[in-house]
Amino acid sequence: MSEPRRAAEAKPARDYGEPMVAHVHPILPDDTVSGRSLLAVVAIMTFLAGLTIGAVEMVHAAAGAWRGDMLREVTVQLRPMPGRDLDADTRKAAEIAKSIAGVADARAFSKEETERLLQPWLGNADLGALPVPRLVQVKVDAQAAPDFDRLRRALAESLPNAGLDDHHGFAARLAAIADAVTLAGLAVLALVLAATMLSVSFATRGAVAANRTIVEVLHFVGARDAFVARIFARHFLAVGLKGGLIGGAGAAALFGLIRLAAPLFGSLPGEGAAVFLGRFALNMRGFLWIAAAAAAMSLITALSSRITVHRTLRAID
Amino acid sequence: MVRFENVGLRYGTGPEVLKDLTFSIEPRSFQFLTGPSGAGKTSLLRLLFLSLRPTRGLISLFDRDATRLARGEIAALRRRIGIVFQDFRLLDHLTTYENVALPLRVSGRDEAGYRAEVVELLQWVGLGERLHALPPVLSGGEKQRAAIARALISRPELLLADEPTGNVDPTLARRLLRLLVELRKTGTSVLIATHDVALMDQYDAPRLVLDDGRLRVAH
Repeated sequence: MSEPRRAAEAKPARDYGEPMVAHVHPILPDDTVSGRSLLAVVAIMTFLAGLTIGAVEMVHAAAGAWRGDMLREVTVQLRPMPGRDLDADTRKAAEIAKSIAGVADARAFSKEETERLLQPWLGNADLGALPVPRLVQVKVDAQAAPDFDRLRRALAESLPNAGLDDHHGFAARLAAIADAVTLAGLAVLALVLAATMLSVSFATRGAVAANRTIVEVLHFVGARDAFVARIFARHFLAVGLKGGLIGGAGAAALFGLIRLAAPLFGSLPGEGAAVFLGRFALNMRGFLWIAAAAAAMSLITALSSRITVHRTLRAID
Repeated sequence: MVRFENVGLRYGTGPEVLKDLTFSIEPRSFQFLTGPSGAGKTSLLRLLFLSLRPTRGLISLFDRDATRLARGEIAALRRRIGIVFQDFRLLDHLTTYENVALPLRVSGRDEAGYRAEVVELLQWVGLGERLHALPPVLSGGEKQRAAIARALISRPELLLADEPTGNVDPTLARRLLRLLVELRKTGTSVLIATHDVALMDQYDAPRLVLDDGRLRVAH
């Protein structure tokens, strides 16, 4: 025995044709059935997480846009009152509004314009006999919003029939709905993550059990738990990365398609979706969030498998 | 190197399969372990290999109390022991070369540093042409030699072999025995479990005889 050893030490490695002999197989075969089904689970979970995140981000962005639009404009309403000239009151209200700092513009709607606004609801009826209120559209400087209380007081002093609608009530309800949707989305996301961790733990336990012979042999040849855990974790990180990539790309592709198709939605009669949701498309931040979700899924896969492998190894030996 | 004192082993609540074993394995020693089937040879090898803990008695391995080892220490001690299993335990998805190199790969050594050594050993056990073969296509004798090569590659201080010549023809059996005997020169102690009397007759060495769970030493 000593002779071949000495000979081995004396000869340089290249004598044996180095390119011919090398480790070509990973210690853990990577085409196990459990590996494939786990890949599918991680991909599906990442896809679902991506959809949830994308939807939440879209609602969030749309709610922000609605609120911004609403707060850029307020309306002064002038109710008809016996003995008052509505045309004069409307002009006066516009002047008062313009005198307040932070108001960019105030435009009084004429009688004809007001009637045109009502036409879709009331038809071509003669509105002259009806006590139709008049409106002043007040555009607000987005950088320096006016003091609405001051505007309200100024209007009340000279015009007893004027009312200011700054849409705050509606904006607050909208914010509440958007927050509820976001919370629900986060809850779904938490469930998806929990389900992923559980699936990965089960799959890891299955994979360790299926590869028990390998684990035993590795122990017999002196491998430490950390080494065995590392090869399993590396295997599952690869599965996680692949699954995360497939699921994340799927979700991103779906939102990309929606983004491309958004102009089609907008051109439909009624423009329902576009009117209600603003631009029905995911922004760049949403796509970044989906990428982050895919990365998080890969990490969760690797971490849960690592924890499970350590537990299982202690049970095996 | 290895010392057993009044060691007893039982599985669960069953009867004792090993009773009051007291013996030692000295450095550079060579001995056979024999006895009828079911006498407890494999159980004794498993105790020596730290894959079982005794239910009573003391086992000292490389001056360590083997009954009180932490998990991390077991791996370190196993690197000093080579074992040849009766059923080989080769990994079917790895080539012969990869199987034999596994202990070195596991210890974190760079492949370039041991490639020549592994190839040399494989040539020496007659597997120089089978480096790339996967175990399922190897014959019983080839698997046996690959298993022996894997146990020897990390130059263990103690070599345990369970029926290492059970699947080879008499000529190769003699050759393998010579190889195992020669290991002593490199400082390795060898314990061969076998019930092949013809094999034991070829080399004069102490025989640990297990019978009904009890051990006696014969010469």
